[in-house]
Amino acid sequence: MKTFRIGGVHPKENKLSAGKAIRRLELPKQAVFPLSQHIGAPAVPIVKKGDAVKVGTKIAEAGGFVSAAIFSSVSGKVNKIDSVVDASGYRKPAIFIDVEGDEWEESVDRTDVLVKECALAPEEIVAKIKDAGVVGMGGACFPTHVKLTPPPGCKAECVIINGVECEPYLTADHRLMLEKTDEILVGVTLLMKAVKVDKAYIGIESNKPDAIQLMTEKAAAYSGIEVVPLKVKYPQGGEKQLIDAIIRRQVPAPPAIPINVGAVVQNVGTAFAVYEAVQKNKPLFERVVTVTGKSLAEPSNFLTRMGTPMSQLIDAAGGLPEDTGKVIGGGPMMGKALASVDVPVCKGSSGVLVMSMKEAKRMAPQPCIRCAKCVGVCPMGLEPYLLATCSAHGDWERVEHEMIMSCIECGSCQFTCPSHRPMLDYIRLGKGKVGGIIRTRNAKK
Amino acid sequence: MANKLIVSLSPHVHGGDSVQKNMYGVLIALVPALLVSFYMFGLGAVIVTLTSVVACVFFEWAITKFILKREQSTIMDGSAAVTGILLAFNLPSNIPLWIIVIGALVAIGIAKMTFGGLGCNPFNPALAGRIFLLISFPVQMTSWPETGQLAGYTDVETGATPLALMKQAVHGNADALSQLPGTLDLFLGNNPGCIGEISALALLLGLVYMLWRKIISWHIPVSILATVFVFTGLMHLANPTVYASPSAHLFTGGLMLGAIFMATDYVTSPMTHKGMLIYGVAIGFLTVVIRVFGSYPEGMSFAIFIMNAFTPLINTFCKPKRFGEVVKK
Repeated sequence: MKTFRIGGVHPKENKLSAGKAIRRLELPKQAVFPLSQHIGAPAVPIVKKGDAVKVGTKIAEAGGFVSAAIFSSVSGKVNKIDSVVDASGYRKPAIFIDVEGDEWEESVDRTDVLVKECALAPEEIVAKIKDAGVVGMGGACFPTHVKLTPPPGCKAECVIINGVECEPYLTADHRLMLEKTDEILVGVTLLMKAVKVDKAYIGIESNKPDAIQLMTEKAAAYSGIEVVPLKVKYPQGGEKQLIDAIIRRQVPAPPAIPINVGAVVQNVGTAFAVYEAVQKNKPLFERVVTVTGKSLAEPSNFLTRMGTPMSQLIDAAGGLPEDTGKVIGGGPMMGKALASVDVPVCKGSSGVLVMSMKEAKRMAPQPCIRCAKCVGVCPMGLEPYLLATCSAHGDWERVEHEMIMSCIECGSCQFTCPSHRPMLDYIRLGKGKVGGIIRTRNAKK
Repeated sequence: MANKLIVSLSPHVHGGDSVQKNMYGVLIALVPALLVSFYMFGLGAVIVTLTSVVACVFFEWAITKFILKREQSTIMDGSAAVTGILLAFNLPSNIPLWIIVIGALVAIGIAKMTFGGLGCNPFNPALAGRIFLLISFPVQMTSWPETGQLAGYTDVETGATPLALMKQAVHGNADALSQLPGTLDLFLGNNPGCIGEISALALLLGLVYMLWRKIISWHIPVSILATVFVFTGLMHLANPTVYASPSAHLFTGGLMLGAIFMATDYVTSPMTHKGMLIYGVAIGFLTVVIRVFGSYPEGMSFAIFIMNAFTPLINTFCKPKRFGEVVKK
């Protein structure tokens, strides 16, 4: 079975909610939409206090090419445009909407009928995806239309669909593949058409045999789509690792991007969003969110309207346990610890993970014993111990030379370290500094 | 409730590995060799091993508490005990107690704690102790008891080791090689030598265990053993009466012990697989050069010690294969 070639670890999978069908979550009383919930320029509000909006009404325009529009997920009145602390922990401008009823925009096709045919030209598909505010649903939230517009000199050769879901605990993509199989496959066909290729691979790890089987069976009816079972290994869902696993090509060090080796990578959730945007005229305003944790009464997968507070999801999964130590937006390997459970669900919210105080605490670090295990597991072929130590000493020249910018922050090094050293904390510090140094240097040129 | 959430950066989970697990894993891997030494050398092996472990742990505890004045004691991490056993494994079973204590002081006090304790030492502590003793007490360090004298300690009969015989062969004694114990005896450990080095089988069992538990990777032991096999094999083919066979080289002296337990010491060995291979090949080469052409019969400890010194240099030059450097297929 295929997998990526360098490094990798096997965290405990803990897919507690894998058997739980997607349920629709109740509407919130107030929905909050941060204006920057994607990579790139923040969106620009086009509503003001007191405006009435429907489900699917555009409330903020894309703030540039690398940006995405934001749509209301509820009907009601704009309460205010203020700021809110989002999952990143920073306070950001946001639109607050008080919910009244559930009235949808007329243009949205709300039926469950599968629409297979699409007569649109590639450019029109990309435009429609852009107009629907679709971004990468795997967590990075990179605007999808940008990825579908290869820079000059680059040509796409294939579309790679990420159904890996290598983060422990998360099952949103898994459930989506089981319950929205045809919709995803049509979405993949649209993506192939958008970048003018006739080959797509869907990578799924072998711990989801039901999804592999179902997708393989149904993909037979679509031309050029191949399901590729992958050996379970973290971080296979990393874009570069997935490309390596499936087509045996390695994206060179930054600033190279996947399109440089001919690949366009999209998440299964994104493929589904593309289907809804193009075939159903439904902009991106809801998504599947896994709510999970060993201490939760009922780990679940919810179809959630954007802007819903995380606390409402946790309540629907049995409520926040008394001994909760940490609440994570995303999975345990790369997710962000939330300072409060009031943060709203955004386009990139794949999961909410609740950890008990005991699970949440880090062990005290011990001296590095130079066991080299971090070097062995680094999927980018770096030397995490060296990057961490040099970053701690502020040797920015050295860490840049040692390719710190190639780090994908997967956390495999720290996960493996017998001495419990907080390597990634220091590497992030180094990346931040070196990134700044590189930008300054390029600006001077 | 909301204000009490812990906020820290990812990853939020850990694989559960720890320094202790690795060190205790090494100790478990040393058990077969320990049992063989008790079986072959009896009381002497027990006394020497116990003394060495107790002395090493004591010195680490005392130095941490009274000289470094650290609050947290490090003796429970198991590294001092590993050093203690490895030092004992490099000593003859009839060596007087006071010499062992000096060896432990050099190993822990000079080679390890002077540099800041676990993780900071440039040289393998147990090896430093052994080499110090070998140079300071050449007589006591080079008289090895014959196997099977279970009740004896310092009063036992001693005999020539296979390595000494092999050295005599190189120096012109044509009969020397014919007096070597059989390969099976060498493999199982029925020959005079240091406590822990005699049984290749027991040491290999330890290697298999450590590989299975992923405590070490195969690169260092395999490259050392392969280099010795090839190098001595070529010489044996050239002149079988002067140069012993590769199997005799592999199963005698400290080669197995060194290749499996001493050269693989985390702290003093290179960080990349490429570096480990270079390190292993160099150790194998130097060992044979010293064994065959040097003035000492055994070269393993010197070879590792020399390569310990080169480890930082190897780390500077050997980088892992970076992602993206692989050529497009």
